[in-house]
Amino acid sequence: MNRLDRVFSRGKAFIPFITAGDPSAAVTEQLIYRMYEAGADLIEIGIPFSDPVAEGPVIQAADERALAAGVTVDDVFSMMQRVRKSCDVPVALMTYVNPVAVYGTERFMKNCSMSGIDAVIVPDVPFEERDELLPYCKKHGITLISMVAPTSGERIRMIAAEAEGFVYCVSSFGVTGVRDSIGDEAREMIRAIKAVKDIPCAVGFGISTPEQAAELSCFGDGIIVGSAVVKIVEQYGEECVEHVAEYVRRMKEAVSS
Amino acid sequence: MSKGRFGVHGGQYVPEILMNALIELEQAYEKHKNDPDFTAELEDLLKNYAGRPSMLYYAEKMTKDLGGARIYLKREDLNHTGSHKINNVLGQALLAKRMGKTRLIAETGAGQHGVATATAAALMEMECEIYMGKDDIERQALNVYRMELLGAKVHAVTTGTQTLKDAVNEAMREWTRRISDTHYVLGSAVGPHPFPVMVRDFQKIIGKEVKRQLAEMEGRLPDVVMACVGGGSNAIGIFHDFIDEPEVRLIGCEAAGHGTDTDKTAASMTIGSVGIFHGMKSYFCQDEYGQIAPVYSISAGLDYPGVGPEHSGLRDAGRAEYVPVTDDEAVEAFEYLSRIEGIIPAIESSHAVAHAMKIAPEMGSDKILVICLSGRGDKDVASIARYRGVQIYEQA
Repeated sequence: MNRLDRVFSRGKAFIPFITAGDPSAAVTEQLIYRMYEAGADLIEIGIPFSDPVAEGPVIQAADERALAAGVTVDDVFSMMQRVRKSCDVPVALMTYVNPVAVYGTERFMKNCSMSGIDAVIVPDVPFEERDELLPYCKKHGITLISMVAPTSGERIRMIAAEAEGFVYCVSSFGVTGVRDSIGDEAREMIRAIKAVKDIPCAVGFGISTPEQAAELSCFGDGIIVGSAVVKIVEQYGEECVEHVAEYVRRMKEAVSS
Repeated sequence: MSKGRFGVHGGQYVPEILMNALIELEQAYEKHKNDPDFTAELEDLLKNYAGRPSMLYYAEKMTKDLGGARIYLKREDLNHTGSHKINNVLGQALLAKRMGKTRLIAETGAGQHGVATATAAALMEMECEIYMGKDDIERQALNVYRMELLGAKVHAVTTGTQTLKDAVNEAMREWTRRISDTHYVLGSAVGPHPFPVMVRDFQKIIGKEVKRQLAEMEGRLPDVVMACVGGGSNAIGIFHDFIDEPEVRLIGCEAAGHGTDTDKTAASMTIGSVGIFHGMKSYFCQDEYGQIAPVYSISAGLDYPGVGPEHSGLRDAGRAEYVPVTDDEAVEAFEYLSRIEGIIPAIESSHAVAHAMKIAPEMGSDKILVICLSGRGDKDVASIARYRGVQIYEQA
């Protein structure tokens, strides 16, 4: 079983997001080990970008901190090569398309493959533009994750039909960020996806509390949490690792209950 | 290859959440653009509200002074709200209204597009919110007050470089948050399809008029057509009707800032490389890792790290040339045109005037050069005074 198939094989999955290099590459590496031990089923690692148009203020600030720390995509590949010596946590890279295109899509996917990265999530490449990435992903064995939004409507059929790995369901309107309540459109999206293809569905955008995670995990196969994790990193900086691990433990418990 | 391509450039690189909004916009645009009711209403607004056609003015004194090509100025500065931006805004606002939208949002750099959008919103009784970099708000205080006077709410964008690029980011985020009643009036020929095509179509009236006016005045086509290029909407507007006239040279003038050999520049055609940003593939100022560069120009309207995809396509095809013009050259041109013709040009348009000052003397007196004077310079007077070390303030 490859690492990505394993994500949804031990009950409902909990998927935390962190920005690579926030506050430093060394802390990111420690976060990966400790989040995995605490129960993370897949770790989503964001490549910091100068203009993260699909992010709310929390992750924008994380990107700024990481870029100020001088972290590059090459540093992320090196870090992942170290991680892979001792840790087989499934890993997805979240990146905007420009850092991939300018680095060279072929070279990017090849280095992903050599660094033990399992999947890429590229929010500004919709279904219509997938040929920008897909041929290179396939060639190097990297899964390109498809996203579905509450506005997708009829588009869900074509997106789901070609989705691989899992489908990333954007649960609420807008960019990423912590919200008080989450719309129930996620339920409808997942039903529409499953009607087309038997594929795991992970729900993200706007989830922060164990209660929300427990509620959404009733009908999703996994929960993705970004801003709430990054907020802990922001609050505790270099000392964040144990705080994040504790949060991951509580969230994994909530989704498993 | 996906929709809206100019060679390899263009496309629709946006989050899934916006895709149906773009498809809906494209379908509405395709439906209405040839609808006689829609075109009649737009033509009426352009004529009776915006003051079109804008004049094509023979700059006789400038021509004699430079001693070369006959110079014509396409007077977009005389449009209502003071720039070419109104052409696009009236088209998009009218379209938004037909789509049942009740709220307009827009980014603005120099404030001209924000003012035009606020104007159209006032006229058509729509809500209006404008996103503007904090840095630009300080540079263009007069336009901020003007937008507020017109009933718009102006949001200061404090992320990133606090200029035009960041204003686009915030407007896109806001559109993502609230799609159902809101239309995003993108101000330049940039962004995901259908914006570059739609904005160009609403601006191509500039070039159509030039062609007709020059035929009446000179009985022929121009030899050179030039315009400033930030995102490039006035340039693509004046170029478009001449693209299939190979004898007409098309020149876009981009902002070199302190110079293309410094890091204080916004010359994406000269120093940039192909990338994907703000929904489009095109040329961008960026580093080797694809991080978008902080750019600089004295002109808030040209202070943008990319360029519209149709321009990138024209460049790759060798059909149009793009040249850098520095702050110093633009300021000199600003002052030159003010004195020699009694016309104060926008600092953006002054970039095109500056390049004309370079090439007109090298052209024969039988040649014709047309400059798109995309906007008026009233908004820039205080910042040019500052550039020259003069502080202007009005006492109560």
